[in-house]
Amino acid sequence: MSSPDPAPTHDDKASTDHTDTGSSRALKHVPVLEVDPLLDDPSTRIVVCCGSGGVGKTTTAAALGLRAAERGRKVVVLTIDPARRLAQSMGIDALGNSPRRVKGIEDAAGGELHAMMLDMKRTFDEIVEAHADPDRAAAILGNPFYQSLSAGFAGTQEYMAMEKLGQLRARDEWDLIVVDTPPSRSALDFLDAPKRLGSFLDGKLIRVLMAPAKVGGRAGMKFLNVGMSMMTGVLGKLLGGQLLKDVQTFVAAMDTMFGGFRTRADATYKLLQAPGTAFLVVAAPERDALREAAYFVERLAAEDMPLAGLVLNRVHGSSAAQLSAERALAAAENLEDPRIVDQQDGKAGLRNSPDTYGSSEPPSSDASVPDAGSPASTDQDRSIEQLTAGLLRLHAERMQLLSREQRTRDRFTARHPEVAVAEVAALPGDVHDLAGLRDIGDRLAANGPEYAEEREARA
Amino acid sequence: MSRLQVVSGKGGTGKTTVAATLALSLATEGKRTLLVEVEGRQGIAQLFETEALPYEERKIAVAPDGGEVYALAIDPELALLDYLQMFYKLGGAGRALKKLGAIDFATTIAPGLRDVLLTGKACEAVRRKDRSGRFAYDYVVMDAPPTGRITRFLNVNDEVAGLAKIGPIHNQAQAVMRVLKSPETAVHMVTLLEEMPVQETADGITELRSAGLPVGRIIVNMVRPTILDEPELDLAHAVPRTALAKTLSNAGLGGARRGGLAERLVDPLLQQADEYAERFALEREQRAVLTDLGLPLHELPLLAEGMDLAGLYELATELRQQGIS
Repeated sequence: MSSPDPAPTHDDKASTDHTDTGSSRALKHVPVLEVDPLLDDPSTRIVVCCGSGGVGKTTTAAALGLRAAERGRKVVVLTIDPARRLAQSMGIDALGNSPRRVKGIEDAAGGELHAMMLDMKRTFDEIVEAHADPDRAAAILGNPFYQSLSAGFAGTQEYMAMEKLGQLRARDEWDLIVVDTPPSRSALDFLDAPKRLGSFLDGKLIRVLMAPAKVGGRAGMKFLNVGMSMMTGVLGKLLGGQLLKDVQTFVAAMDTMFGGFRTRADATYKLLQAPGTAFLVVAAPERDALREAAYFVERLAAEDMPLAGLVLNRVHGSSAAQLSAERALAAAENLEDPRIVDQQDGKAGLRNSPDTYGSSEPPSSDASVPDAGSPASTDQDRSIEQLTAGLLRLHAERMQLLSREQRTRDRFTARHPEVAVAEVAALPGDVHDLAGLRDIGDRLAANGPEYAEEREARA
Repeated sequence: MSRLQVVSGKGGTGKTTVAATLALSLATEGKRTLLVEVEGRQGIAQLFETEALPYEERKIAVAPDGGEVYALAIDPELALLDYLQMFYKLGGAGRALKKLGAIDFATTIAPGLRDVLLTGKACEAVRRKDRSGRFAYDYVVMDAPPTGRITRFLNVNDEVAGLAKIGPIHNQAQAVMRVLKSPETAVHMVTLLEEMPVQETADGITELRSAGLPVGRIIVNMVRPTILDEPELDLAHAVPRTALAKTLSNAGLGGARRGGLAERLVDPLLQQADEYAERFALEREQRAVLTDLGLPLHELPLLAEGMDLAGLYELATELRQQGIS
């Protein structure tokens, strides 16, 4: 498999030696993911957002969809498991399993936004209804094994998400489809789904399961038959007679549909590899999320899936970055120094705790606040000092967070210097309306060159 | 304290870290805990800074007072062969099944069956006794699937028992459910003080309860320290900017005059305080929502230096002090 080649890392290091000091080191060398050109390009037909759980995948997908629509494209967003309030704000909280038009977007550019939430069981049922004759469909839908399987044993979601994507693409009503991927145990289950299904359908197991129904009576298959009935015997012992029968009738009933399943799974897989598809790996600047992101990048490359870049959510910044955490903390301690607490009669300058004997006066001793004349104002001074110390501690915490995020990102960049990155600045709260999504979209796009000045100004 | 401790939570809340912390904090006074990983991510190995774990119970940490933490990363395929061997003495047939693709089917295509194996293996470890009749592990801590799937995951054996109405699978499924639905089990939820994870926690608890599964505690992870309290935040809005600039200057941070470092720091610092205030208010709301759920609540601090092995011990001590064991 494609083990990461250490060579580029060294090259990268060598070329950055002279600037190897500030936090902007890595940034300079990371290509920027420009979201607007990607969304505006009419040849971009599918955008797949993937990433580990809890990194803001669904929000990113919705924000990209909204932005593309407001820039004039006809978009459908397929979400898997949106937060309730986000779903409500888009009008897709009711189950329907087909896209609905989202109201309240700015449509001056002539775009449209549609959205839907995947209903796994409905999607599965629809496939059965569409591809089997009514009697057979009824038999399948009533089969207890099918009912368990379709109601969402973990994993079914991935097949159904892919199936739905294929359906939406086939309808050809939208010029851009944005897909959110299921919160999988292994983030790439959805990529493996079509293959696994394929290998299962081609496998001997299917034939064994169908053995009693199919093989019996065919001359020349005698030997095979014996082997198989032994196997079904084992399976029967394992599963219990009734369950085996259920599984067998299920497989037999599904038999006619398998070809279709396979063809569509293959077609969807090819669709994902096609030039009109762009994968976005979504992550947050945290160790686990970026480790999963690196794994994703490698898998996508191995599968020949087109990666557009990495969306890095919840990146923190500070407009006082010139003040280091250490210096802020030292200043805070200075302000919280107990020597300054001792004030009995309100006269400024009475800072006579024992440890000041002979030592140099703290710089703040008599100049702290020039208008500090009355007893009331010294109390006030004291609280202002405490507040200021708090502000400095808060800043130190922020700077520590910044450098932790930077270290984590550097590690990712060292492994994958080629991956373009779009950063999204952290918001204090959650997003659950169109205005919030629009804001995220703005932040996503603010990585492009036309915003460089704005960024400089902020820094 | 229940002997099977199941740890779930929304993705990104750090449930693996909390499961490991819990396993370490329960390993007091010579007790032995088993930390079980079911999602094949090798998160435990990374956390304990060891190489990838094989499908084998091995000691990965020692608690300060002599307790031991063992870990097991369950490989569904090996677990199935194990299971076939244990219950049906089907060693050879197991290999034949594997050739047929049946094992692959059971562990990947029909992931429900995989969940049966994972829960089954964990329950086996809970019930296992050594020769002297003592439990092999005092506690088994499971790093379980996320909130959205936990009820289905734990309940899979109910479903199986319904599908296979008689036979060994039926009996085995029922035995597992007996453990999972008894007070021997407690399902804990890990959350952050943010809206979505808290909402999922509340929904998850409702689901667990309606499925008859025993809900344990809520563990709030990565809690940030209170740096500014409410009076201070109020003062930040009331105080003249010049006074702040002077105070910063007095603390040795440059000039307070227009254009001086101290003066230029005031706005960014106040802006950061506003962001903090917004988050502070949100966190208070979410904490209230969690408190209303009426379950024991624990809080673990965010480690400023990031998570490592030393941090894990620190969190375990914290959890012990909060009376988890």
